[in-house]
Amino acid sequence: MSKTDPSANPSTPGERAWALFEVLKRKELIPTGYIEQLTQLMAHDWTPENGARVVAKAWVDPAYRALLLEDATAACAQFGYTGPQGEYIVALEDTPTLKNVIVCSLCSCTNWPVLGLPPEWYKGFEFRARLVREGRTVLRELGTELPANVQVKVWDTTAESRYLVLPLRPAGTEHLSEEQLRQLVSKDVLIGVALPQLA
Amino acid sequence: MDGFHDLGGFQGFGKVPHAVNSLDYKKVFKQDWEHLAYSLMFIGVDQLKKFSVDEVRHAVERIDVRQHVGTQYYERYVIATATLLVETGVITQAELDEALGQPFKLANPAHAKGRPALTGRAPFEVGDRVRVRDEYVAGHIRLPAYVRGKQGIVRHRTRVQWPFPDAIGHGDQSAALQPTYHVEFRVKDLWGDATDDGLVVVDLFESYLDKLDSPAVQP
Repeated sequence: MSKTDPSANPSTPGERAWALFEVLKRKELIPTGYIEQLTQLMAHDWTPENGARVVAKAWVDPAYRALLLEDATAACAQFGYTGPQGEYIVALEDTPTLKNVIVCSLCSCTNWPVLGLPPEWYKGFEFRARLVREGRTVLRELGTELPANVQVKVWDTTAESRYLVLPLRPAGTEHLSEEQLRQLVSKDVLIGVALPQLA
Repeated sequence: MDGFHDLGGFQGFGKVPHAVNSLDYKKVFKQDWEHLAYSLMFIGVDQLKKFSVDEVRHAVERIDVRQHVGTQYYERYVIATATLLVETGVITQAELDEALGQPFKLANPAHAKGRPALTGRAPFEVGDRVRVRDEYVAGHIRLPAYVRGKQGIVRHRTRVQWPFPDAIGHGDQSAALQPTYHVEFRVKDLWGDATDDGLVVVDLFESYLDKLDSPAVQP
């Protein structure tokens, strides 16, 4: 088997990624620290804890909630949650009869600074293909059974608007502090496939 | 372009491989090369300024369907970035092949040259009934095919405008700026009655829409 015969010895995605890196590096096109800084942002700074902070504040502060629903970009910027893929943010308000849920059927667009990079399943073919066609069924399969009187509203992220779901504050959380409320808001809650729940 | 990337409504897939509130999104990058996908992409976009993110999306769409089906997510962005760096002359196919030790398969060439935005029309207002233009485009388009020709209601017009994807996605720096509209569709208008009920809101550039004569809907 020849090493140059790809069918005999197919390269891996990782080998191809490093090959591209190597070509750019040899040409000195990779600025010092660029990859490290961006990776720090993507892997550590952009997390769903950011979105949880926004949601919990909206639950306890009516003025902030009003701002979030009017201009979520400004509301998120108050916490410094801005930047690539967070330039035009819209908050989607759940009601007792409406459940919002986010998808990107064309690829993977997500509100990076507020939700973090999208998880694998969100970018997977199943979720992208099925949610816009059978939203209630997909939610049920994931573990979120909605009452029949709750309408499912799917938001397909096909342009530059970036969403976060503002869920209903669960009953029985009146005694919780803002910081405790944050713990109820997961990445799945921000995407809309899960409801915030007391542990 | 009508391609495999345009997955909305595509049937034949199984269950979403996930259970809610598991922590499987941690860590963000699960393999030691995955961070390179976006990092190298942004070197091309922001540092070298050789192409736009829209062109990257189009390059992902141009990955041959048989290859696309078998790729991992971040792999597609490596292929797209490599393709655009070759097409813009920053690197060569031979350099990639040499670094890899075998042929580095890039995306297919573009099937079209792109198209300009429709301009000179009055913007739509919240509550307007609109129909998605029944257009078939061989180049980049940010319109999921499942709403083509369908009627919906405008629920929001963005306060910001962006370059028209069908133009900027082909490197056209003169792409007109347009708002997008959050257009609400009824699921049964998209997929018939034999499905779950509900609503789907799609974020659509102005050029993809025509206003209908029927009365606007009260907000």
